[in-house]
Amino acid sequence: MLKKTENQISDLKVVGTRPVRPDGVPKVTGQARYGADYSLPGMLWGKILRSPHAHARIRSIDTSAARALPGVKAVMVGSDMPEQSFSYIGPDRVQVNYWHMTRNVMAREKALFDGHPVAAVAATTAAIAEQALKLIKVDYEVLPHVIDVDDAMKEDAPLLFDNMITRGVSPEPTKPSNVSRRSEFKAGDLEAGFALADEVVEMSFTTEPVHQGYIETHGTLARYGADGQCEIWSSSQGHFMVRAYTAKLLGMNISDLLVHPAEIGGGFGGKTVVYLEPVAALLSKKTGLPVKLVMSREDVFRATGPTSGSSMTVKMGVTKDGKIVAADGTFKLQAGAFPGSPVMNAAMCAFSVYEIENARAVGYDVVCNRPKAVAYRAPGSPIAAFAVESVVDELARRIGMDPLALRLKNAVKAGSPTIWGPKHGYDGFIETIEALMAHPAYKIPLGKNQGRGVASGFWFNGGGESAVTVHVSEDGSIAIASGSMDVGGSRASMALMAAETLGVPYDSVRSTVSDTASIGYNHVTGGSRVTFATGMAVVQACEKIVDDMRARAAMIWDVPLEAVSWQEGAAHLTDAALGEKAPLSLKDIAAKRAVTGGPIVAEVALNAGGQAPGFSTQFCDVEVDPETGAVKILRYVAAQDVGRAIHPSYVEGQIQGGVVQGIGWALNETYVYNDKGQLENTGFLDYRVPVASDLPMIEALIVEVPNPNHPFGVKGVGEVNIVPVMAAVANALRGATGVRQHALPMSPPVVLAALDAQAEEVVGA
Amino acid sequence: MAKQHVSTTINGEAVEFLCETRQSLLDVLRDELDMTGTKEGCGTGDCGACSVTLNGDLVCSCLVLGVEAQGKSIQTIEGMAEGDQLHPLQRKFLEHAALQCGICTPGVLVAAKALLARNPDPTEEEVRYWLAGNLCRCTGYNKIIEAVLDAAREMRGANHA
Amino acid sequence: MTTTVRFETPSSAKEAAILLASAPGQARVLAGGTDLLVQMRSGRLQPELIVDIKGIDEIVSVREEVGGWRVGAAVACMDLLKHKAFAATFAGVIDGANWIGSIQVRSRASMGGNLCNASPAADSVPAMMAVGAIASIEGPNGRREIPVEQMPQGPGKTALAPGELLVSLFFPTPAARSGSAYMRFTPRTEMDIAVVGAGVSLTLDAKGVCTEARVCLGAVAATAISVPEAAQALIGTTIDEAALDKVAAAARAAAKPINDKRGTIVFRTKLAGVMARRTVLRALKRAQENQ
Repeated sequence: MLKKTENQISDLKVVGTRPVRPDGVPKVTGQARYGADYSLPGMLWGKILRSPHAHARIRSIDTSAARALPGVKAVMVGSDMPEQSFSYIGPDRVQVNYWHMTRNVMAREKALFDGHPVAAVAATTAAIAEQALKLIKVDYEVLPHVIDVDDAMKEDAPLLFDNMITRGVSPEPTKPSNVSRRSEFKAGDLEAGFALADEVVEMSFTTEPVHQGYIETHGTLARYGADGQCEIWSSSQGHFMVRAYTAKLLGMNISDLLVHPAEIGGGFGGKTVVYLEPVAALLSKKTGLPVKLVMSREDVFRATGPTSGSSMTVKMGVTKDGKIVAADGTFKLQAGAFPGSPVMNAAMCAFSVYEIENARAVGYDVVCNRPKAVAYRAPGSPIAAFAVESVVDELARRIGMDPLALRLKNAVKAGSPTIWGPKHGYDGFIETIEALMAHPAYKIPLGKNQGRGVASGFWFNGGGESAVTVHVSEDGSIAIASGSMDVGGSRASMALMAAETLGVPYDSVRSTVSDTASIGYNHVTGGSRVTFATGMAVVQACEKIVDDMRARAAMIWDVPLEAVSWQEGAAHLTDAALGEKAPLSLKDIAAKRAVTGGPIVAEVALNAGGQAPGFSTQFCDVEVDPETGAVKILRYVAAQDVGRAIHPSYVEGQIQGGVVQGIGWALNETYVYNDKGQLENTGFLDYRVPVASDLPMIEALIVEVPNPNHPFGVKGVGEVNIVPVMAAVANALRGATGVRQHALPMSPPVVLAALDAQAEEVVGA
Repeated sequence: MAKQHVSTTINGEAVEFLCETRQSLLDVLRDELDMTGTKEGCGTGDCGACSVTLNGDLVCSCLVLGVEAQGKSIQTIEGMAEGDQLHPLQRKFLEHAALQCGICTPGVLVAAKALLARNPDPTEEEVRYWLAGNLCRCTGYNKIIEAVLDAAREMRGANHA
Repeated sequence: MTTTVRFETPSSAKEAAILLASAPGQARVLAGGTDLLVQMRSGRLQPELIVDIKGIDEIVSVREEVGGWRVGAAVACMDLLKHKAFAATFAGVIDGANWIGSIQVRSRASMGGNLCNASPAADSVPAMMAVGAIASIEGPNGRREIPVEQMPQGPGKTALAPGELLVSLFFPTPAARSGSAYMRFTPRTEMDIAVVGAGVSLTLDAKGVCTEARVCLGAVAATAISVPEAAQALIGTTIDEAALDKVAAAARAAAKPINDKRGTIVFRTKLAGVMARRTVLRALKRAQENQ
């Protein structure tokens, strides 16, 4: 672990230690309840009928035979939900359009991808529900489909929406297309910049969609009462998001819907949307009984959002002494069946680690007949980084410079320009490069068929709304509650920050997640925001408690407030002139709460700003089997600036997890569609995520350059670690084989074909 | 719909249940017996989240029919702790932060326990290959491997006492 | 109304055959279930009768006999590993058994089930073909035997007639100085279906010259195939580089793969040569150790 702390906060007692997490025992004993683990009396089983066609007009749906099946209690189709107006709402990068959203949950006019929900039933048993699906008659008019982003942009491509006119193009196009939006970011003068370059590299790349791959499928239980009040148990990355979207899609008052946060079995961005909840709630409304709906693994792959595939071209210029003078990138990302790929993020993040005065990034959001893309760990940034970091690798080779040295020479720091306007606010990137340069493994010599690749990455990280309450119980123990879903151990981090602020042992603080009725609005657990934003709220709430404790102690002692200090979990009388008093602990004060003002509670709700981005620099050593194209990861070291590691084990875990997801993305994960546009690899057998035997130990180097805007210096951790991985592996392959890979995944047939092509070239020369 | 009556032993206790032939042991555990500690990640034997032991053998419960439990002995995650004492593997998983979301954890723990019963001193490579049938998407496997090796160390030490 | 699926647990192969032959609708044998349950879930199979054969002694036993070993059709791969003497003699078969799925799958899956599922990529088949295994089948007309390589007839199709079931596999004891091996190529280290598989057995004389050989390939045709030209390229040689090159070329020529989600024609053809060569070398090493 490499530490570099700029502002030394006074000795931390609990923050930075590695205690057991509060939700740990239920999870290792099988007692924790995830979305599919809930039941209620009289519960019905819901099942969803999905389109077998990639693109089809739905002429009619006849549900009469299904309704007549004994045991079937309700059937629904898309038009059972209220219509939504067509409008792009919200901040640019994360716009929603409810007209699209309701149709993603259930189709209306058209089925737009293989697996698109078209109807749903609720029945007394799962078997009857399955049987009922088979009795629903859908009259499809099958239409030509398009899967690939480049194909979807062609003149003659089948159109998903007859009236889609590309936004962001002036003058507005006269013909519809599959391009939902064009975005452009620009700084400086590209022509002048490239004129300064001694070496220019321009390359094109493609990547395939990859799924977040969470092991828990989506699952929900809904109980809609005759009084119009509904409860939902659901695993998601944000139960307030579930409440908001479900209420919107069903036309309910938000407060009539209470969402309970089930434990979540992985999200990585993929569970920041709703699929099942509106369907389960509506079926429950129709039947008057609770309805349970769980996706199968096949449903997850066919119908839930992966991240986008892409087609990209990146051109960069460098001087012979290593100054990057210009960069130009075009990023075409597939949105899937409805607009909203993370292409803006891709364009904005692409060159963000480098100080380049002259840069342009153009992005296209393109629809096609595949499931709608959803966030996946730093959405968009890893895709762009594959292209950019590969080009930077080539630049380094052209001028004979070590790839870390090239990055160091051009590294951004606080005050550096960004392509989208504001200046960088924070240091931290340089420190990640230096961490690797200093690492002994970077100097390990490599053998035959081995190569080393370096790459860096950037991610905005998020702030946003969080609400937290802190209660001091009657015996002085502490309960803190937030509305942030815990995907990977945040309850522990909240407890650590609370314990540190209050000056009490970690074990006296219990940390939970409240339902939507019990706490203020909390934004989703995503964007690496929780330890930062919710943590900030926790600290502020605990500071309020401290002030409250001091005031109550002052009351008990009958002294002025200024004479009372709070240290090591107790109130101390600091003015000797006022007498000597034994310190009052939380327990002491709690015992006297009734006469000092009543229950001891603090609540903080905030919209956190001042978040710092994530930077990571990584290297990867690979060995290639030149006869088969198989790639073995020998060694992987990832340095990431985390500001401050509240719980270092979970910080390391995030880095290791993100790297391994990136390795799967780099080497094997892809979607295989047949010529009818139907997904062929709908399971973990042929959607190949890394298994334990594929990997070495991943070394996580924690770099700490504290964020001055957070009481403990926290910077978001969860996402940026995936950003550099695919390029690091590709650059390592370049070193091992001499061949540049332009397409993901770099599976054995692809690598072998590239090796063979190179061998033929040599022979032919 | 005539169901089958099955008598079996689960976590050392005699258990009876009714199920249809086509229901898997996983379906029975979760939907008939409310033992939701065993998870369904895929239903096709590719992820290991549903791992249990059947007469001491590590299996995917999604690939065993409920009716096949007749007369057999099944161990699930709910039976892993020894009364109010966590099994060393459970403790080490918590100490080493070998779980993030925890959905794969029951399956991994059952699989790891089966490994150590058979091979109390595995190498890192042996642990990785044994656990290849248990997918984890959160941890990158690092801390899982460390926790298993540390638990093995402790369990060997206790046996030498 | 969902139909009830009948479940039977006969105690003899004869009884099992009668149940299968007399079933009014679709009937399937249940051994380890690692293929059957997956196919029932996907709807590919909708049996009305499931016959669990794991209660039949000869189907779940491993016994040494005169001239070889008899392994019950439903002996789980993990159980097969426990038989050290068998494992030492038929290392190539054990290789195949060790590659099927995960530990969880291998606790249930069997070589017999793998053979009868008749996937072109089945790991057991090239391994068993290479050592000349013989399938023992029970049916309405009693017991019959066929070489294992005659069992798979196409993807998902076997030589079993209606009412027949595989009872056991007989492995003839190899000659002295023999070695067998099975290797396969997969993108990940575990859990994948073979993109190409190769099963080899060979015998050396006292001078280290190859006197017998069999080279079989999986996943490069509708069924596993034997490659006689590859075997011929080994016999009479000390298995030098020239012989290995010929083996690889013969393997490539014999391979007739398809493009599918696991591999392309180009890749599989090339890998057929690579894997055949590597598997020959592994079998050779074992033959040299079995002096």
